[in-house]
Amino acid sequence: MADRNEPLHQIKSRRDSALHAMVSGVPYMSWLGIRFDRRGDELTAILPYDEKLIGNPMLPALHGGVTAAFLEVTAIIELGWAAMWEDLESGRIAPDAAVEGSLPRLPKTIDFTVDYLRSGLPRDAYARARVVRSGRRYASVHVEAWQDNRARLIAQATGHFLMPQP
Amino acid sequence: MTDPEDHARIAKQFIEAIPHARALGMRVDEIGAGRAVISMPWAEHLVGDPRTGVIHGGVVSALMDTCCGAAVMVHPTNPRSTATIDLRIDYMRAATPGQRITARAECYHMTRSVAFLRATALDEDEENPVAAATGAFTAER
Repeated sequence: MADRNEPLHQIKSRRDSALHAMVSGVPYMSWLGIRFDRRGDELTAILPYDEKLIGNPMLPALHGGVTAAFLEVTAIIELGWAAMWEDLESGRIAPDAAVEGSLPRLPKTIDFTVDYLRSGLPRDAYARARVVRSGRRYASVHVEAWQDNRARLIAQATGHFLMPQP
Repeated sequence: MTDPEDHARIAKQFIEAIPHARALGMRVDEIGAGRAVISMPWAEHLVGDPRTGVIHGGVVSALMDTCCGAAVMVHPTNPRSTATIDLRIDYMRAATPGQRITARAECYHMTRSVAFLRATALDEDEENPVAAATGAFTAER
């Protein structure tokens, strides 16, 4: 159990720098512009709108592949984040973007199924993932994406992942 | 009525003009009769694992989705437009860093309103697919 009297700024900086280390290490996520908002251990992925994300210029609508990639990135980060949370809180690991090898490896996608519910509008999108089951070797994750209204999903997905072996 | 060659040329121009397809550097290699072959180069900014330089799975999804949509658009029944209903991707192995990735999609069944697709993604080792996909797409008439 973590120290109850640990200074708040220290807790926040530990969690934020670990999250930053996970996200900033992946060039593709930076290229898409994806960032994460953190409230305690809850993560919300944000995909800011950009013209290069368009798949149908006539509507216009986000590219289905962008939606799939956004959901997959969110699932992987949530899974990696959940898997390292206890080690992070107990101080066993201290991920730092500047220190090579300080970050646990990310899970690998086995399969990913996207269910497209509405066409993505040319504006920001958000996503949250839930680890349905995480074993030592395999994990199953569900993820949802929306834009203006949390209840009106643009897409949802389920994926299976191979956990990194120690 | 346009002949199949015109139709293929228009489809190629149309697909290569999609902003996200351009951003990923996609090139239509073959297209026609419910089939499409689209490839794209490896690039540093598309890497998902900096330790190995392997491209992110999401990039492969975007390529497969585009390729499936293209195959629907050139189906002999001439759908007016299409959108993905669902797409499942199986990742069989990591794509080799530095190599071009090529997706091949085939519309294996078409109804009045739904197209059923199969696709594979390959790098230069054409014997061992990187990923396989199956999907359902709308066919708007």
